[in-house]
Amino acid sequence: MHVPFFMAAGAGQTAALGLWHYWVVIVLMMIGLYIVIARDNLVKKVMGLNIFQVSVIMFYVAMGKVEGGSAPIFPMNGELTYSNPLPHVLMLTAIVVGIATTALALALVVRIKEEYGTVEEDDIVDLDAEAP
Amino acid sequence: MNAQLPALLIVLPLVAAPICVILRKASLVRAFAVLVSWACLAITILLLQQVLGLPDGQIEIEYTLGNWTPGETKSALHLGIELGVDRANAYILLIVAGIAAVVMPFGMGHRGLSGPEGKEHLFYAAFLLCLCGLMGIAITGDAFNVFVFLEISSLSAYALIAMGDDRRALMASYSYLIMGTVGGTFILIGIGFVYAVAGTLNMDDIRVAFSNPEVLASRTTMVAFGFLLVGSAIKLAVFPVHQWLPNAYTFAPSKVSAFLSATATKVTYYVLLRVCFGLFGAAFVFDTMHLDMLLMPVALLAMFVGSLAAINQTNIKRLLAYSSVAQIGYMVLGLSLYNELALTGGIVHLFNHAIMKCGLFLVVGCIVFRLGTTQIHEMKGLARRMPLTFAALVIGGLSIIGVPGTVGFVSKWYLVLGALEADMGWVAGLTLLSSLLAVVYIWKIIEVAMFQKPDGPVEKTDAPLTMLAPTWLLMAAAIYFGIDTEIAVGVAQDIAAGFLGGTP
Repeated sequence: MHVPFFMAAGAGQTAALGLWHYWVVIVLMMIGLYIVIARDNLVKKVMGLNIFQVSVIMFYVAMGKVEGGSAPIFPMNGELTYSNPLPHVLMLTAIVVGIATTALALALVVRIKEEYGTVEEDDIVDLDAEAP
Repeated sequence: MNAQLPALLIVLPLVAAPICVILRKASLVRAFAVLVSWACLAITILLLQQVLGLPDGQIEIEYTLGNWTPGETKSALHLGIELGVDRANAYILLIVAGIAAVVMPFGMGHRGLSGPEGKEHLFYAAFLLCLCGLMGIAITGDAFNVFVFLEISSLSAYALIAMGDDRRALMASYSYLIMGTVGGTFILIGIGFVYAVAGTLNMDDIRVAFSNPEVLASRTTMVAFGFLLVGSAIKLAVFPVHQWLPNAYTFAPSKVSAFLSATATKVTYYVLLRVCFGLFGAAFVFDTMHLDMLLMPVALLAMFVGSLAAINQTNIKRLLAYSSVAQIGYMVLGLSLYNELALTGGIVHLFNHAIMKCGLFLVVGCIVFRLGTTQIHEMKGLARRMPLTFAALVIGGLSIIGVPGTVGFVSKWYLVLGALEADMGWVAGLTLLSSLLAVVYIWKIIEVAMFQKPDGPVEKTDAPLTMLAPTWLLMAAAIYFGIDTEIAVGVAQDIAAGFLGGTP
C-alpha cells in the first residue's frame, strides 16, 4: 500500500516542538494576513502579501527537507539520504509568481498615487465618495 | 498534428501574446489576436470531436508533456505534467474559446474599446495571456499546474481591469489583486497538503491515493480540502468572499467584463468541481466534510443578497455584476444539492450564464459606445435610439430571469427538479422567489429605456455592425439553446453522471 511520506515522517515527532518549522510558517502566515487586512497603506498591504507568500514557500521547503539529507545530485557519492527535490523545485515557480504579483501590485500603486495623490486606502475611499 | 492539439491549445495564445507586443501596430495586432482566438476555437472543436469519437471504455485523451510517460516498472505514478481532455473539460474549453472568439472582434476598429489608445497591443497581449491561463486551468491534469495557470490568468485579468478609463478601475484591480492572491495562495497551501499526503501532484494519481480510507481520515487531508475550498471560493466569488467582483466588473472595459464574467468564474467553478469530485471524491466531500451544509446556505444567501443588491444599483454594469454574484449562487446551489439533476442544472447554468452575461456586458459596451454613460437614468429613449441593441438587452434580461424559451429557464428547471428530488421543496421555492427579484432589476432597466420619455429628440443611431454582430450571435445562442435543450443538457448530464460516479 502507498504510505504517505508525511505520515511516515511525522510518526516519531508528533510533539509540538518537533514540528517547530511549521510553527514558524504559521506565525509568518498570520503576520502577513494581519497586515493585508489591518493596514490602510497600499504599499504595506503588498508587503504583507509578500510575507504571506513567503510563509507558504517556507512551508513547501520544510515539507521536502529530510533531516541529514543532501541535495539529490547524481552520482550520489555514497550519500543515500537526500531531500525531496520536488517541493523545492515547485517553489521556484511560486517565487516567480510572487515576484510578478508584487511587481504588478506596485505598478498599480504607482498609478493610484498618480491619479489620487495618496496611497492611503481610507483617503481614496473618501475621494471616491465625493466623486459623482 | 492531431496528437499535439492539447499542447497547441496552450502554446498558441502563450506565444501569440508577446508577438502582439512586438507587432505593435494596432490594426495588425487586432487582426492577429482575432485569428489566434479563432484558431483556439478550431482546436477546441477538433479536441471535442476527438473526445466524442473515443472508443468505449476510454474517457480521456492524455498528453504527457516532454514524453514523461508513467514508469512501467516500480510504480505507475506519472512523472511529468500531463494534459488531459475528457468530456467535462472539452466542454469548458469550448465555452472559454468560444466566448473569446466572439468577444475578441467586438468593436474592432473603434477607439477606446480595447484599452487606452496607443496601448491596444498590450491590451490584446494581456487578453491572450488570460485566455491561455484559463484554458490551461481546464486542460491540465496536474494540481500544481492548476495554480500556475490560475495565476497567469489572474495576473493578466488584473492588468486588463486596470485598463478601464475611470480611475476607480485602478482601485478595483488592486483589491481584486489582493483578494485573488490570497485566494491563489490558499490553493497553493492546499496543494502542498495534498502533496504531503498523496505524494504526487498528478490528479489521477491523487485520486488513487485518496481512495485509501486511512489517508482520507487523516487531518492533513481535511485541512487540504479546507484550503482548496476557500481558495477556489474566493476566486469564484461565492457570496461572503465576493467583494472584489462588483467593482472589478464595473470599472473594467466592457469587453473585459464580458470576457471575464463569462469565463473566469466558470473555469473556477470547474476547478471547484474537480477538487470535490476529481480529487477527494464525493463520499469524502459530502459524507465526511458535509460540504452541502456549508455551501447551501451560502448559495441561497448569494442568490438573495446578489439580487437585492442588483436592484439597488443605478449603474448598469454594477447591476449586472451583482446579478453575477446571484447567478454564481445558482451554480453553487447545483453543487450543494448533491444529486445528478441539480449538478446537471449547475453545469448547464455554467454554460448558459456564460452566454447571457457575456451578451449583456456586450450590450452595455454598445450602449457606452453611443451614449457614453453607464447610469441607468440616462438611458431614456434607448429603445428608439438603439432598437437592435435594446432588443438584445431584452432577450438577455429575459434569459437572466429564466423565462421559458431562453437558456436561463433550462438551468433553473433542472435546479428546481434537483431540489425537489432532494426533498427540499423550500429550496425550489427560494430559487423561484429569487428569480422574481431578477424580474425587478431587469425591469428597472427596460422601464427607463422603453417607457420614459427622452429629454430631447432622438435620432436612430444603433451600434456599428462589428459590435452588434457578436452581441446578437450570443443572444441567438441564448434562444437556440433555450429551445433545443438536447445538446447542452445532454452533455451536462453526462458530465454530472461522470463526476458523481466517481470518475473525473
